[in-house]
Amino acid sequence: MRVFVDEHNDGEYSYAGVREMKISLGPVLYFWPKQKVYDFYEKMAQSSVDIIYLGETVCSKRRELKTLEWLELGQHLAESGKEVVISSLALLMAESELSTLRKICNNATLRIEANDMSAVQILSEKKLPFVCGPSLNIYNAHTLQLMQKKGAVRWVMPVELSGESLMTILQQASDQGFDEKIETEVFSYGHLPLAYSARCFTARYRSLPKDDCRFTCLEYPDGVQVKSQEQQALFNLNGTQTQSAYIYNLLGQLNEMREMGVDVVRISPREHETETVINRFRNLEQGQSDEIILNDAVCNGYWFSKPGMAYLPQPNM
Amino acid sequence: MELVSPAGSLPALKAAVENGASAVYVGFKDETNARHFSGLNFNEAKVQSALSYARAKNVKLFIAVNTYPQPTGWNKWQKAVDTAADLGVDALICADMGVLDYASNKYPELNLHLSVQGSGTNSEALSFYKNNFNIKRAVLPRVLSLKQVAQVAKTSPVDLEVFAFGSLCIMAEGRCYLSSYLTDQSPNTCGACSPASFVRWQQTPWGLESRLNNVLIDRYSEDEKAGYPTLCKGRFDIDGDVFNVLEEPTSLNTIGLIPDLDAIGIKAVKIEGRQRSPVYVEQVVSVWRKALDSYARNPDGFKVKPNWSKALAKVSEGAQTTLGAYSRSWQ
Repeated sequence: MRVFVDEHNDGEYSYAGVREMKISLGPVLYFWPKQKVYDFYEKMAQSSVDIIYLGETVCSKRRELKTLEWLELGQHLAESGKEVVISSLALLMAESELSTLRKICNNATLRIEANDMSAVQILSEKKLPFVCGPSLNIYNAHTLQLMQKKGAVRWVMPVELSGESLMTILQQASDQGFDEKIETEVFSYGHLPLAYSARCFTARYRSLPKDDCRFTCLEYPDGVQVKSQEQQALFNLNGTQTQSAYIYNLLGQLNEMREMGVDVVRISPREHETETVINRFRNLEQGQSDEIILNDAVCNGYWFSKPGMAYLPQPNM
Repeated sequence: MELVSPAGSLPALKAAVENGASAVYVGFKDETNARHFSGLNFNEAKVQSALSYARAKNVKLFIAVNTYPQPTGWNKWQKAVDTAADLGVDALICADMGVLDYASNKYPELNLHLSVQGSGTNSEALSFYKNNFNIKRAVLPRVLSLKQVAQVAKTSPVDLEVFAFGSLCIMAEGRCYLSSYLTDQSPNTCGACSPASFVRWQQTPWGLESRLNNVLIDRYSEDEKAGYPTLCKGRFDIDGDVFNVLEEPTSLNTIGLIPDLDAIGIKAVKIEGRQRSPVYVEQVVSVWRKALDSYARNPDGFKVKPNWSKALAKVSEGAQTTLGAYSRSWQ
């Protein structure tokens, strides 16, 4: 994207070149065995993503990696040249979860993605910069500005908002003079996180009580698909999180996002083919390809102010 | 404990006031509140009448402006706050931080409550809302167990209100987009979940089908009681198993927990259902009033009377009630 800067602070803006869009890897939303997590991030360290988010955002019972191990892994990835952000839990209901959150926020070096207002509270009190994750309810420029003042340096738009809403928010942010103080990231590929509950739906499906879930999520590395009685794919169960069954895919909107001023596009990891997806985004981002087809059942309705599960065909598909 | 009753119309408000509510909460006739259903809610003149009626009987009036403003609709939410403040309501119930910020700056004297849609489930989150917007009370989401409610209450910087009776949201309120995934309208954006305009009923050779924006939510045989197709309560298919994948149609009823909630220090119990009839309000509020009074008279000897349960079961969704997340086993 074309960037203009006020180099001498005299109101004279000059052309500073083309800004590349960054590609981020969202946190793994599923519960994978420890070694699989390490293997995955070893590969991701070699990939072309600019930013890696990692950590447990869904269920505090998932402890294949302990808090300290997540932080160490983050440190390791940071040393390999990636920007690293530790993602925090989205739904906190117990004192033990708050104490884990405090531990994460107390780490000296890595930036935190706040996925609940508790994290915003802790980080803003400590005057630390943070990223507002997609589960924070930022629906308008007023709220965005408030978060920026509290220390947010980047925000991930809530997934149910449309491209038009985003454009208006960014326009208002520019009018109010804070658009340059905060980066915008858009969830652009993966099963959409749609809802959080205290109830574990994967355990429910397996007829297990949540308190004795036997970590059954480990058996579903990409979640459990839910269909209607007419076999229409609807949801994807991921423990206490309910996701879209379809893969949200905004590859076709990459240029539009770039022009709008989106700084980062987020790819949400899946068990297979995450690298293929990253490469496809990277090639398109660098203008080396205009191929936007991926072999998934996709949706993109939210971007167009339609039902999220809708799919609007793209011009070159 | 304060008994907070819903009202979607003036007759419902009167029923609440006459049957023992301590406070009644209402919303304006637009998408600024989380029960934006056609034929429901109050215009400015109606709120004025509601306020006069409630005040005359020493009952408080709360206004819910608890959805999230869309970037182009900000003025509507701002006007809702202004109107409520001008009327001098007893509390404004909000979720959006921008709205809370506006209200607390412009009307520092206005009593602000954090709506359940604000999704404040722990003491740190509540501290944020207290420190930044000076909220006086928070309504806790229906995902917490009793033990967790107690834990939050112990460290909460503000008074707490909990849901006592009514429809049960299985997802953390303010954190659920299932409705917009199917219909483009969600509680956060439009104040509606599984909106009626998208609902279709159809008699088929396989049974009565309920659809939401054409997606099959459930199919009922002749001997089954059909329920409104709130999408989380549908019967879906996992690998050939057809069942209520997320939730059965039941209602929350915590009347037996009155002593526990009081011991924890809960300041108010809330009845869900601004979309329900004046008869529902009358039934539920009068039973809860009796129960709260009976508890106040003799806390140690409190027992749920069978006729209370019977009266509440009659107005429950699916005619079944549950303790919901308050009982840990539900989670």
